[in-house]
Amino acid sequence: MLRFTDEHEWLRLDGDVATVGITAHAAEQLGDLVFVELPKVGAKLTKGEAAAVVESVKAASDVYAPLSGEVTEVNEAAVADPASVGTDPQGGGWLYRLKLDDPSAMDELMDEAAYAAFAK
Amino acid sequence: MSLQAAGAVSPVAPVSADPLAQTPLHALHLRLGAKMVPFAGYAMPLQYPAGLLKEHLHTRAAAGLFDVSHMGQIALTPRSGDGAEAARALEALIPIDILGLPEGRQRYGFLTDEAGGILDDLMVARLPGRLHVVVNAANKAAGFARFRAHLPDDIDMTLVPDALIALQGPKAAEVLARLAPETEAMRFMDVRAVAILGAPCLVSRSGYTGEDGFEISVPAEHAEAVAEALLAEAEVLPVGLGARDSLRLEAGLPLHGADIDPGTNPVEASLAWAISPARRRGGTREGGFPGAEKILSAMEAGPSRRRVGLRPEGRAPVRAEAPLFAAEAGGEPVGRVTSGGFGPSVGAPVAMGFLPAALTAPGTRVFAEVRGQRLPLVVSPLPFVPAGFKRG
Repeated sequence: MLRFTDEHEWLRLDGDVATVGITAHAAEQLGDLVFVELPKVGAKLTKGEAAAVVESVKAASDVYAPLSGEVTEVNEAAVADPASVGTDPQGGGWLYRLKLDDPSAMDELMDEAAYAAFAK
Repeated sequence: MSLQAAGAVSPVAPVSADPLAQTPLHALHLRLGAKMVPFAGYAMPLQYPAGLLKEHLHTRAAAGLFDVSHMGQIALTPRSGDGAEAARALEALIPIDILGLPEGRQRYGFLTDEAGGILDDLMVARLPGRLHVVVNAANKAAGFARFRAHLPDDIDMTLVPDALIALQGPKAAEVLARLAPETEAMRFMDVRAVAILGAPCLVSRSGYTGEDGFEISVPAEHAEAVAEALLAEAEVLPVGLGARDSLRLEAGLPLHGADIDPGTNPVEASLAWAISPARRRGGTREGGFPGAEKILSAMEAGPSRRRVGLRPEGRAPVRAEAPLFAAEAGGEPVGRVTSGGFGPSVGAPVAMGFLPAALTAPGTRVFAEVRGQRLPLVVSPLPFVPAGFKRG
């Protein structure tokens, strides 16, 4: 199940673990990314708190936790090559995996069509 | 994430209900697919489809074309026709030797206030019978008002409505010579009246990127044709304000409103080099500008704090307003970052900021607080990249 937030994050659910990244629309708006900072594995995140940071040449942007849960894995490749988050944000440029406190909360988020309309 | 910050440029444009002004190149920016942002009251291109990173690197490798028409161009023309009269008058507002500036040359300088603070930084060109001054966009109205209030009535003042186009980079001279061969012989800070495509232009060999290049003042009705002719050359890419900021940061050039402002004097701003010998202690026209006593005393005593280059040791950019600390833990801030970001040509984050004099020796390690963590930075010589000016 693929869902989107109005803060321009995407989540792909596999069991009760969601892979999280920034949307292609967000990546395009941010421009070339030069720095990525990710949460620590084991960190407990509350929906809406700053979980990661992506920086372009000109600005730093917080990436908020789209839902509450515990970080189970982070994408070290994105840290090593921040540009990959910009070029493949919804694939190899994923940021971290989050074991959701409540997987059913995914239902409250936007599906792809709804997000596409929102981001227009 | 908030995408509001994505369009951010420094200094933050004043919030205003007024509609944004457009430069003579506005339609061209739109045709080129620029992302437009408000800056100092103007709609300006932040970046073009190539993107900030490519625009920056291309300028250092070949040539970039910038629309800087938002800057203020002010002509000071004495009715007597004697340019020296304007030079003498302007010296009362600025610690620069303008009387000694030959026709066809320009100098960097700044307007100071009674406290010795920097009201604006600017370029002054000496031309036959007049001075041509280029001031920052955000200070255009204030600068003009200051001239109006302090210069004699028999010096006419006009805000020149021409476009200002910067062509910057190691290929700039070769490119411009194709359109205006006489520009090739110009040296850094030379100024010449030159016809380009039949348009009467004022060309200076200068810029704000640390590269060789030119700033071309061109009548508004000819601006688009001149810009398009330059862009038609294979070496030239259009470059937006985003890369203009990263280029000047790598070049160690201060931005008024960020690194320097009325709260900083030229000595602590590491700009004492620009104060002409004639205007210093013992000079032929010592002092005689606002704040002279404070500034000249600071030159003798040495400043208590100074603008320095800073290189973060890690990969995280350290940006403007980050507080600086002497130690990794505890203590009060000892300074702050005034400009910072990622330096595309350096390939690493770079910053500038103010530190107490005791902490300004190159190699000194300080710490910036970023998102609750103290990140180490090393005081580094400016510029971060070698200058490419044509001085010979």
